[in-house]
Amino acid sequence: MTALAADTARGQSIAFRLGVAMVLILVLVVLASVVAATRFGQAASDETFDRLLRGAALQIAERVSVTDGRVRVDLPVSAFELLSLARSDRVFYRVIGPDGHTMTGYEDLPLPPGNAGSDAIYDARYKDTAIRAVKLTRLLAERSMSGQVIIVVAQTTRERTGLAASIATNAVLIIAAAGVLLLFLALLVLRVALRPLARVERAILEREANDLSPIDVPAPEEVAVLVAAINRFMGRLESRIEAMQNFVADAAHQIRTPITALRAQAQLALEEKDPERLNRLHRRLYARSVGLGRLADQLLSHALIAHRADTAAREMIDLRRVALEAERETRAASAQAITVELPDEEVWVEGDPVSLREAVKNLLNNAAKHGGAPITILVERHDGWASIMVRDHGSGIPEALAARIGERFTSDGISPDSAGLGLSIVASVAATHGARLARRTGENGFAIGLEIPVTRP
Amino acid sequence: MRRLAPLLLAAVIASPAGAAETRMPPRGEESQAHLVIESTTDFVIFEPILLAFQRQNPGVTITYRELTTNEVADDVAAACEEDRFIADLVISSSIDQQLKLVNDGCALPLGAEARAGLPDWARWREELVGLTFEPAVTVYNRAYFENRRVPESRFELIDLLRESQDFVGKVGTYDIESSGVGYLFAFQDALQASTWGRLVESLGRNRARLFCCTADILDRVADGRLLIGYNVLGSYALQRIESDERFGIVLPDDYTLVLARAAFVAKAARQLELAENFIAFMLSAEGRDILSSEIRLLSPIDGPERLAALAASGSADPQTLRPIAMTPALLVGLDRAKREIFLEQWRAALPAGSVAAGEE
Repeated sequence: MTALAADTARGQSIAFRLGVAMVLILVLVVLASVVAATRFGQAASDETFDRLLRGAALQIAERVSVTDGRVRVDLPVSAFELLSLARSDRVFYRVIGPDGHTMTGYEDLPLPPGNAGSDAIYDARYKDTAIRAVKLTRLLAERSMSGQVIIVVAQTTRERTGLAASIATNAVLIIAAAGVLLLFLALLVLRVALRPLARVERAILEREANDLSPIDVPAPEEVAVLVAAINRFMGRLESRIEAMQNFVADAAHQIRTPITALRAQAQLALEEKDPERLNRLHRRLYARSVGLGRLADQLLSHALIAHRADTAAREMIDLRRVALEAERETRAASAQAITVELPDEEVWVEGDPVSLREAVKNLLNNAAKHGGAPITILVERHDGWASIMVRDHGSGIPEALAARIGERFTSDGISPDSAGLGLSIVASVAATHGARLARRTGENGFAIGLEIPVTRP
Repeated sequence: MRRLAPLLLAAVIASPAGAAETRMPPRGEESQAHLVIESTTDFVIFEPILLAFQRQNPGVTITYRELTTNEVADDVAAACEEDRFIADLVISSSIDQQLKLVNDGCALPLGAEARAGLPDWARWREELVGLTFEPAVTVYNRAYFENRRVPESRFELIDLLRESQDFVGKVGTYDIESSGVGYLFAFQDALQASTWGRLVESLGRNRARLFCCTADILDRVADGRLLIGYNVLGSYALQRIESDERFGIVLPDDYTLVLARAAFVAKAARQLELAENFIAFMLSAEGRDILSSEIRLLSPIDGPERLAALAASGSADPQTLRPIAMTPALLVGLDRAKREIFLEQWRAALPAGSVAAGEE
């Protein structure tokens, strides 16, 4: 329970993460929109007020005339009424005659920096204030006069800045409001979208502790993947637990019989006074305990194989090496002579070296026990297959037993000396390697082993 | 109550020639603040409102400097250029010049209280405010018009001047070359209607006489030397008519120009807050009462109603009142080239010989 609490504390909720991500995105969007809206507002406002300026300048330009060889300008009131539409902006103007002298207006009103063409709209400073000005050039082509009259009309920027700010503010407010609304909607949608997860959680929590059957909860695609993964995992868990339970049951059964026999004989030996029969009992006791030891070995070996089948990493191995190692380990435990026949080239297969070695050792044990010398380990390569076989000169496996190879090692009637348990181990190694349990009978004797698909030519 | 400034003080403050400066000491024990006002309005006219303000603010000393419109404009422009203190508050009836000073950045923004209630036409930016409501009226000699029909509009005036020979040398108006208010009214007349051209022509044909100042016209209309005075500042006429039965007032019913004396706080003012308070006081109910009843300057806030009540003829229809709006359009009249063109047309109709300013 505490572990569960710690886990939930460590991982934040999906809703929280998505919420944070969305807030960040929204903040970014709002910031971007502030920049965009400010630009847009400034542009829109400039366009509006520049029109006033240009309109006023055009009206003034229209009133430039030449009379009696003199240039005159008769300022139209309408031009200034136009400019007065920007209610609180100050107005400056300047008219420069063909001789370059200011004819009327503010003599120090700045012209655009550099001679930027005949007409220009520009920002400047005048009387300690930012102004926006338009410069218009009117060419004179009278009989008595030629040259140009420059008209400059300028305004302070208060109204246009105000308009720009109000456009931008409105836009940003709308965007921000939409953003907040979106956020709430998104969180709402999120809650709805994550509801299947809560259902799965409830389904798991409500289960009995030992219920490992697949979860059957209706779930959308994304969650279904998760549910399927959980189900696969539980499936594996269940098969492992089942295998374990079977093994424990089998092992108990397998071991209980010989131990009962051993105890009976030991009891007989205690009561026996006749030295000869006592000696015979001792020998039998010894044989029984050796058999029991081997049985225990095999059971452990089987457990090992079963465990590795699920957990061991597959690697590339040379079958010749497996053969040599199996031979060495077997030789250390028995006096039997074993020959090894190997090809010159490496024989690569993909698999678990430990499991394969155990399989070969079991075959060697069987051969030593039931077959006849000489015993040989053969490694060969065929098209697409590699084989590792153990050959002896015995009679082979009885048909009754051969038919049961591959079943779970059986509980009835297999004595510690039986080949059944060893073959069962070999069969399960074959199964985990996608290999075939092969038997051959020829003039050289009986051979049994694994044929494994080759992964490298 | 009224004390003339000592000569010494007048000399220390190097004011332009002809400036009358009045110093009003505080009513309280000690002077806490000193408000300097530069204005084109006669001190006598403004005195009641200044005294009322001092009653509210006993610690305030007021210096009131009285100048002509051009003097005020030049004075303030020069001080503004050099960023030098000359006055806290500048009040002038020449609102075009006032607007230009504000346009040139010579003013400080006012608090909302000093602008409260003003109609749009009587303020510009947060800096220029209109304080009064003064119609441009036609005055006539009552004796002459005893049995004749008084011209109620410009059309009737033009007809009258055309038909009768009685008015030769007996019509007076401002000399727009020397009177700022006269120029402003004339320029606005020219914008308002096509009657202007015909009117100037009629004035010229009748050898109209031109004066610098309102009082000159009123004096002459009263004693019969003039029969009609055109475009006279109504505030003076309204005040004078209370004690002088010899002339009458017409608010022309085609349209009546209305001017609001414009005020702003100078850029280098030392007493911004006090100046604001003074403006706010003039716009307050109490200030408006004094302006309307005691000195007939009226107020932009309730001017039309008060004027209607004052005008006995009942011709003060608010529809015909055309307040001169404070907008940059006023700059046009001040434009050098424009002024030249306008004066050329004026002089062509009214030869300089008719100027009667030197007659006094």
